[in-house]
Amino acid sequence: MERNLMKGNEALAEAAMRAGCKCFFGYPITPQTEISAYLAKKMQANGGVFLQAESEIAAINMVLGASATGTRCMTSSSSPGISLKSEGISYIAGSDLPCVIINVERGGPGLGGIQPSQSDYWQATKALGHGDFQLLVFAPASVQEMVDMVVKAFDKADEYRMPAMILADGLLGQMMEPVTFPEISVEQKPKPWACDGTKMKRKHNIINSLYLQPETLENSNISRYERYKKIKETETDAEIYLCDDAEIVVTAFGATARVAKSAVNTAREQGIKAGLFRPKTLWPFPVKEINEACKSAKNVLSVEMSMGQMIDDVKLALECRIPVSFFGRTGGVIPKPSEILEEIKKLGGAE
Amino acid sequence: MLNEIILAGFGGQGILFAGKILAYGGLMDNKEISWLPSYGPEMRGGTANCSVCISDDPIGSPLVLEPNYLIVMNTPSFDKFIGSVQPGGKVFVDSTMIDKKSERDDIECFYVPASQLAEENKMSGMANIILLGKFIKETGIISIDTLHKAFEKAIPPKKANLIDVNMRAINIGGQV
Repeated sequence: MERNLMKGNEALAEAAMRAGCKCFFGYPITPQTEISAYLAKKMQANGGVFLQAESEIAAINMVLGASATGTRCMTSSSSPGISLKSEGISYIAGSDLPCVIINVERGGPGLGGIQPSQSDYWQATKALGHGDFQLLVFAPASVQEMVDMVVKAFDKADEYRMPAMILADGLLGQMMEPVTFPEISVEQKPKPWACDGTKMKRKHNIINSLYLQPETLENSNISRYERYKKIKETETDAEIYLCDDAEIVVTAFGATARVAKSAVNTAREQGIKAGLFRPKTLWPFPVKEINEACKSAKNVLSVEMSMGQMIDDVKLALECRIPVSFFGRTGGVIPKPSEILEEIKKLGGAE
Repeated sequence: MLNEIILAGFGGQGILFAGKILAYGGLMDNKEISWLPSYGPEMRGGTANCSVCISDDPIGSPLVLEPNYLIVMNTPSFDKFIGSVQPGGKVFVDSTMIDKKSERDDIECFYVPASQLAEENKMSGMANIILLGKFIKETGIISIDTLHKAFEKAIPPKKANLIDVNMRAINIGGQV
């Protein structure tokens, strides 16, 4: 297959079109604007709709409408823009609608900065809006994974009738790397729930997230959590690197995991038994996989571009059996391999 | 072998394009590569830089902090990056734009009057490629053939006439 050189944002946009995305609604914000720019140029020629909405809030509600018709659709933004979309995302989840949401994270809180960050982990995995719901959250670590994961996100969103998010960051969005595009079958499963016209042959479908009877709403939430239970059992994914005999396991996702991997490699060259655990799905968190990766670990080090968010899930997954330390840079600062190596050495220093 | 390169200068000097050409060269040679532009406030201040990694092995962080090669086209960037070059590294300076010399004796510096050469050869705006020509000659990380393919890949077909001009600029740089 031909290797192309593309920015993460552009490769993701191309992959979304190839995955059958027919509607994109967005609003510009650094560092994800290339997604909009790419789709503005290409979407129409691909038989789809590109629309720059008047605001993030309008864009996410357009996604709700398009998804209700059974159309594959997507929106993208960066941290502050995702916060604006949160109301609509809750409505989409409450309506059991599939869609794909891209967050190319930047530093926060508030308007924050425009450099890479991972400080929206809690938002993405715990509470992107009000009410009882979850999103599928995928965390790419390369331009190739920006492609592969967006294709998977569309499939899984449809399969489970729920929103899926790609949680990337400014580094992955802006960098260019070689990338190949997989052959994608355009065939999608029928959506009998969609509001796509009865043709006078069936009862009309209703898409709704309002249930005034508490018991009805409770049942709706319980049935959604039945699906979540299945997802937690079957949809987790992670990379486990040099963990077989690792005494120190570094946990990191996304761009940070690349830097952490360099540090782990250097540690190994220096005779330190270090390994890397990289979740590819952040929700569901790969509980089984991290326990497998940490079977010989004496120490775990969570490295993040935040003040420490994923570390909570790491501790929960390991049931606090192994001490978990933290190293992070935040506000748009990218950790250096040498800094992570220092932390690894501190943990190995007791030997 | 991991080659870590920083290219830096003013916006408009073609810094990002020269970096892309290097990255495309790596792509043509089937290497692992990454290209990361600055997109922060420094861009608004008029300087642009990009990190390029070319390697046989998968690339960790695409952000280059301590380059083994530096291509530099303005004084602010020279001041900012000269200290970060790894010992034994090579630095390529557009000496028309930068009238300083490095005081370090653990790195090798090449002073090429690239902007002046561009002017003399009626190749306005191509000092970046002339400097790249010198870089290719002194480092050999990409062959001339590969570079030609890189231009073919990076330049859209309707501007294909620009490939020859770029290759001429590469030759001028290589003869300095």
